[in-house]
Formats: sequence, structure tokens, C-alpha cells
Amino acid sequence: MFHLILFLFFGAICVAGAVNLLVQSHPINSALSLIAVMASLAVEYLLLGAEFLNAVQVIVYAGAIMVLFVITIMLLNAGKEASSGGSRVAIVLGIPGALVGTLLIGWTLLFHSNTRAVPIGALKGDPRAIAQLLFHDFLLPFEITSVLILIAIMGAVVLTSRPAAVARGPRRDG
Amino acid sequence: MMVPLSYYLMLSGFLFACGVIGFLIKRNIITIFMSIELMLNGVNLSFVAFAAQWHALSGQVFVFFVMVVAAAEAAVGLAIIIAVYRTRETLNVDRVNLLKL
Repeated sequence: MFHLILFLFFGAICVAGAVNLLVQSHPINSALSLIAVMASLAVEYLLLGAEFLNAVQVIVYAGAIMVLFVITIMLLNAGKEASSGGSRVAIVLGIPGALVGTLLIGWTLLFHSNTRAVPIGALKGDPRAIAQLLFHDFLLPFEITSVLILIAIMGAVVLTSRPAAVARGPRRDG
Repeated sequence: MMVPLSYYLMLSGFLFACGVIGFLIKRNIITIFMSIELMLNGVNLSFVAFAAQWHALSGQVFVFFVMVVAAAEAAVGLAIIIAVYRTRETLNVDRVNLLKL
């Protein structure tokens, strides 16, 4: 019962944050509601027994990535976004289509899937167990992602550096 | 003391759908990027839920990889957004319609 109450409470925060992200027109408000979604998703991970992912979600997602977003919004001084009035087709076809899709998926998941209930603490995703998988079975993907991160760092530096040296060269010649 | 797996899947589907809707209706390039992050989070939740259902820790390792790729994507994507803003002075995707200025 306690488990269900925790799930519903943080699930409601998730849903409210996701809807708020869509409704807000100022990007900083959207970013803050996305942080709320990610923080409450971290609690959902903990309910599912993923202790390591809970910490990583808070540190990497709600921490590092969202700080990047907030800094970019402040750096570019992003204001209210211009609304581009919705098209008629979207309202006539989109809303009933989305409603039918939601009902179909919910009905299937609730009544026609042989999924069992997830007991609390069924699977222990503590750092020790994750590390054994990560450094043994998934060693090659792990190393490849480290190379990916390195490339991403270099790409970010190249993209944001002032294009003086890169762009002026050809222009002088031409 | 149990939560049905379908509840987790419905929450995950809802988050993913919100991400798709935000991607389609938003006009600010940063908000569109945040909608993509929301979609990734929705998928991560279903990964973790299925990992708990099937007693397979590999699902959680996959979520870890998704997070790493999302971090790399955020770094490069935001750098691209800054570069776009420098050349065009706008964040509205409707006005970013030329590959070359």
C-alpha cells in the first residue's frame, strides 16, 4: 500500500511536470518543470530497486544536463516563444487520434497484458551488481561510450569557439 | 506492497507522448531539445520497469548507456544551439530554415 502511495504521489509530480513543460511558454519554466520530472523519476527508479540509477539520475540528469540547459537559456537570454497558431488538421485529426491511441494503449496494458506486479526490492541494482555487469559483460560498449563522450567534448568546444580562425581564412582569400 | 507493471508502463508512455507533443508544437529550439530529453526519460522508465519484471540487471545497464549518450547529445546539441543563435540571432525554429546563410 505504502509502495503504491509513493508511486502515485511521484507519478503525479511526473505527469504534472510533463504537462507544465508543454503549457509554459517561457523556456526557463519548462526547464524547471523538467527538473521536477527527472527528480521524481529518480524516486520511481528507487521504488523499482535501481539504487545506482537513482543516484545517477539525480547527479547526471537533474544535475549536470539540466544545468547545461539552464545556463544556455540564461546565456542566450531566451524570452517568451512566439506562438504559431495550431493548424486546423491538428485539432480535427490530432486530438481524437491521440485520445483513441491513449485509450487503446491503456486498455491493452491494464487488461490484456500478462505483466505481474513488481514487488519492492525484487531486484537490487546496487553499484556493486551494476559494476560487475558494466566492467565484465558490457566492457566494450562501456569503452565505446567513453570515446563517444570524448568526441562530444571536442565537438562542443569546436562548435562554441569563436569562428574567427575558422571562418575568416577563406573570406580573406576570396 | 506491489505496483502493477502496467502502471509504470503507462507513466512511461505518458512521458514519451508528452515529449512527442512538445517536439511537435513547441517553437523554441531549446524547448524542443528538452522535449527530446523527456522522451528519453520515458523510455528509461520502461527499461527499469522491465528490468525489475524480468529480474535482468542488463536493463539498468542500458539505462546507464542511454544517460551517457543523452549527456553527450546535450553537450553537442546545446553547442549547436549557441552556434545557431550567434549566426541568426533567433531561437525560433520557424526562422531557422536555411542551411547556409
